Amino acid sequence: MRKQGRRRRITNAAMSAAAFACVIIALVPLASILYSAAVEGGKAIGPAFFTQNEPPPCSPTLQANCPTGGIANALQGTLILVGIATLIALPLGILTGIYLSEYGRLSRFGAGVRFVTDVMTGIPSIVVGIVIFAIFLLVAQAGWIPLRYVTSATSGIVALTVIMTPIVARTVEEALRLVPTTIREAALALGIPRWRAILRIVLSTGKAGVVTGALLAVARASGETAPLIVTAGGSFFGFAGFDQSIAAMPLLIYVNGLSGVPNYVTLAWGTALVLILIMLGISLAARLALHRVLKGAGAAR
Amino acid sequence: MGIANRFPWGSRRRASRGEALPDRLFRGLVFGCALAVSALLVVFVLVLFRQSWPTITAFGWGFLFSSSWNTGAVVGSGQSYGALPFVYGTLVTAAIAMLLGIPLSIGIAIFVSELAPPWVKTPLAVLVELLAAVPSVVYGLWGFLILGPTMRTTIEPPLKAVLGWTPLFGGPIFGIDYLTAGVILAIMVIPTISAVTRESMSAVPEHQREAALSLGATRWETTRLGVLSYARVGIFGAIILGLGRAVGETMAVTMTIGNSNTISGSLLAPGQTIASLIANEFGEASGLQVSALLELGLVLLLIAIAINVVARLLTRRIFQTEATTL
Repeated sequence: MRKQGRRRRITNAAMSAAAFACVIIALVPLASILYSAAVEGGKAIGPAFFTQNEPPPCSPTLQANCPTGGIANALQGTLILVGIATLIALPLGILTGIYLSEYGRLSRFGAGVRFVTDVMTGIPSIVVGIVIFAIFLLVAQAGWIPLRYVTSATSGIVALTVIMTPIVARTVEEALRLVPTTIREAALALGIPRWRAILRIVLSTGKAGVVTGALLAVARASGETAPLIVTAGGSFFGFAGFDQSIAAMPLLIYVNGLSGVPNYVTLAWGTALVLILIMLGISLAARLALHRVLKGAGAAR
Repeated sequence: MGIANRFPWGSRRRASRGEALPDRLFRGLVFGCALAVSALLVVFVLVLFRQSWPTITAFGWGFLFSSSWNTGAVVGSGQSYGALPFVYGTLVTAAIAMLLGIPLSIGIAIFVSELAPPWVKTPLAVLVELLAAVPSVVYGLWGFLILGPTMRTTIEPPLKAVLGWTPLFGGPIFGIDYLTAGVILAIMVIPTISAVTRESMSAVPEHQREAALSLGATRWETTRLGVLSYARVGIFGAIILGLGRAVGETMAVTMTIGNSNTISGSLLAPGQTIASLIANEFGEASGLQVSALLELGLVLLLIAIAINVVARLLTRRIFQTEATTL
């Protein structure tokens, strides 16, 4: 009896230790990534880093002459791509979220849309990229748009929009679902038309959730690389028009990280550091906003 | 679902009758958006199907089982396309990711939700979820410059010394190979699997734990008997969700797998996944090659849809939180 109890206690302790070890093992890569980005990337950060454009391809044998350059054009490109994609995805996603929460909550069609939106958040982003490329190519071959739009800022924006919209829609839906029914009833009882009640009252009650959705989508889009390789195309220069290819920070990391030229690799680490800081900032802000959503819902109940 | 029953704005048809014009317009607007967003998925499948028709007709089902990938660059040889090396690479890297990622993720979920003292729970959960905030191209950069060389110098040689007699660990050591790509994927699926597992464990009613504890069970026995078995459907859904991430991940794999269009029995040899092949070749592809790459995209999309449908069905009840884990 006693022996058995000891074995159970030992198993208990061993399992607890193993579970704790899992946490530690998972945190090692995180620490290593953050450390490398801080140390290697820190070397790149300077005045030129934010003001100069990405350096052109350079032969590794002439390393000494390779100019280090900066991320000015990539930063500008990411701001343009993500900024405009957000402007399109936000209203589209919010309206879809409103449909899911306010109109389609109980209907079969609503359940279908919800399911499809969920599945869409799981589509590999590279597939989104090549489909947008294929669609642009089809439209261009039909003669509706010039061929140069196929690899351009425009197709990059469309690809990011497609990635962002389902994320916004689902987060907004979840946030609006937490808005108490009594608030809707109160609005209707006052004679406010339903559309105004939704936009002015339900949506503003759930605005922290809308902010969370927007932040999550922006974070996702800022780090996206694969779809931009096949749509936006990358560039060594600043924004040159919506029909031209455009630079982006993730593309800069990809190209320069693999270049083998030491100062280019440092530049890639510097960009990675900036990107990580942006993502951590957004992640933190989203967490705070989410905290407010949940607290708000708790208080209302 | 008490709330659902009390919801005053059910979308029954009759509600739309007698609506004023602005209300009808708004209903039409949001319905239109919802329809457009969900129609996109159908458009995706149709466009990929149409654009890959040349290779579908040229190679048929053989496309999936042939391992020749010849873009016609060699003069005098015809073009031929087969997806086998890439399907193989996708399966192998995803398998490694699952093998390493599942136990780690479940261990993390158990520690954070059942064993950890309350004051470390939230900080730990936040830290683990930070893994999801790192962009995949940064994983790729880290994998290419830090993990790859580490694998080559300190992890793969002992593996080869012990397990070199199996074909899985034979051949020369590259450092940039199936194994490294799989390890990167394992790290990347941890936040997904552990977050959803944690959600399904926290959905286990407290009386399950109390019942086990009252029978004199230790914390681990409580977790195993009361919590894990109760939450197993959700945990399975979490695993499938993680699998979906591993199969579709592009950048981190592209930068660490070595980009070789051949099948190698050894995990220590370079390879290619469907996603990494598309990322590598799509930019310079032309003619039939584009069609072949789009067909691979179609294969990837259908796999991803199937995986996600299964995962959503399994985690439907506890889903709410998944969208909010960054």
